[in-house]
Amino acid sequence: MSAETVLFDAPGPKARLRHRILTGVGALLVLLALWVVYRKMDSANQLQGFMWEPFVTDKAVWTAYLLPGLWETAKAAAASVVLAGAFGIIFGMGRLSPFRSVRWVSSVVVEFFRSVPVLLMMVFFFFGYFATASWLPNQYAPFAAVVLALTLYNGSVIAELVRSGVHSLPKGQSEAGMSIGLTDFQTLRIVQLPQALRAMLPALVGQLVVVLKDTALGTVVLYPELLTSAKTLGSAYANTVPAYLVAAFLFIVINYLLTRLASYVEGFMQRKKRSAGTPMAAASAAGPA
Amino acid sequence: MGDILRNYDILGAFWVTIQLSVLSAVGALVIGTVIAVLRVSPVGILRTIGSLYVNLIRNTPLTLLMAFSILGMTFILGLQLDEQATRNAYWWAVIMLAVYHAAFVCEALRSGVNTIPAGQAEAARSIGLTFAQSMREVLLPQAFRGSIAPLGSVLIALIKNTTVAAVILGTAESAGLLAEITENEGASLPTFFIFALGFVILTLPIGIATTNLSRRLSVKR
Repeated sequence: MSAETVLFDAPGPKARLRHRILTGVGALLVLLALWVVYRKMDSANQLQGFMWEPFVTDKAVWTAYLLPGLWETAKAAAASVVLAGAFGIIFGMGRLSPFRSVRWVSSVVVEFFRSVPVLLMMVFFFFGYFATASWLPNQYAPFAAVVLALTLYNGSVIAELVRSGVHSLPKGQSEAGMSIGLTDFQTLRIVQLPQALRAMLPALVGQLVVVLKDTALGTVVLYPELLTSAKTLGSAYANTVPAYLVAAFLFIVINYLLTRLASYVEGFMQRKKRSAGTPMAAASAAGPA
Repeated sequence: MGDILRNYDILGAFWVTIQLSVLSAVGALVIGTVIAVLRVSPVGILRTIGSLYVNLIRNTPLTLLMAFSILGMTFILGLQLDEQATRNAYWWAVIMLAVYHAAFVCEALRSGVNTIPAGQAEAARSIGLTFAQSMREVLLPQAFRGSIAPLGSVLIALIKNTTVAAVILGTAESAGLLAEITENEGASLPTFFIFALGFVILTLPIGIATTNLSRRLSVKR
């Protein structure tokens, strides 16, 4: 149901005139905003050629700063997503267990890690354990803290997705499993979980956006991801503002493409009908940072 | 443990969390409502402005916005909100939290509007209500009820995200303070649990209240 069709009738001549006026006002506001930004940037000398040229002319900007940063961001995000997936499936199944104690423990774990801010976990793991650990080479400490914190938080979110995915399946699925003699656990593993995972896929891709954005928190524990490398780039070339804007642009493009991928997967799953559950839309709720 | 409680102002850090949450929640609600109105308006260019805002802000890490507010906005572009450096950082944190979460508030409100079946608007028009009347009596009440639950999750996320302000506020904020305590005193699980518990206490009632409220007020269809 698209918003416009609920809220508005087809415009008559008066409404069309009003819309044209509002179009003019909107365009004016956009131009005004652009002009304010331009004036501000110009008066702070942020539009000079030497600040922006390196992004095109100097290869080192990309090979020494932005691409390595992007690679570290991707690495942390990929590791966190894989581990969070495993964590989520284990604790999601735990919350569906027929044993009350297993259910209880999984619920406490999931609810706890879902309500603690990722950054708190990250700084605690880093300063408390990894930075001082003798078994971990120093340069891996930030990576370990980022991945562990992201895994625990996003794993808990995925555990909830698993649980609601299984719950959204029609009752006949588990009944069918039981009636051919499968145990509870077998029914969950062989019949319900595969279908729930397929229904979850769009929401999982959407979660990837959250993970990718959250890797930027790694800058607090000195993880050399995209934001950190943009900061060093900014001080090396004396172009902090352009460096941040380019980093933001990279984040936006990647995350926008992932969001599009999520809705494409959703449509694909809807057409394929490989699961008795309906595909879960990628959550648009605010993921941390 | 006792020493830590005595030597560090944990309650003060949580007071900052609460202040940031309340101020930026109000800001996010105001900006988000405006953007939502733009996004459902019948005028093409206003809709484009709205969706541009949402897509740009939603896909930018909050950490980047925070860092940019001081390193870029204040230091280079000279946008200083207060003479005092700590107050300046505080107000920038409020603004960035509000701007960032406004995108999600907008989406929550829009999802509320999208729960209304077209038949409701058609019914309102067919009994002769004007546009304003059908908005006031039929559509907005339902839209509001439908968006309570998603608005609740946005508020919870906002409260947790105030920790990101540690990037610019340092130890005045809970995540910054926990980092300092852990660095100075070594890993202390009880301290971590106190901080975690603080956030559970702040967020849990909101989750329960909004779930109950949205269930109680849900439109029977």
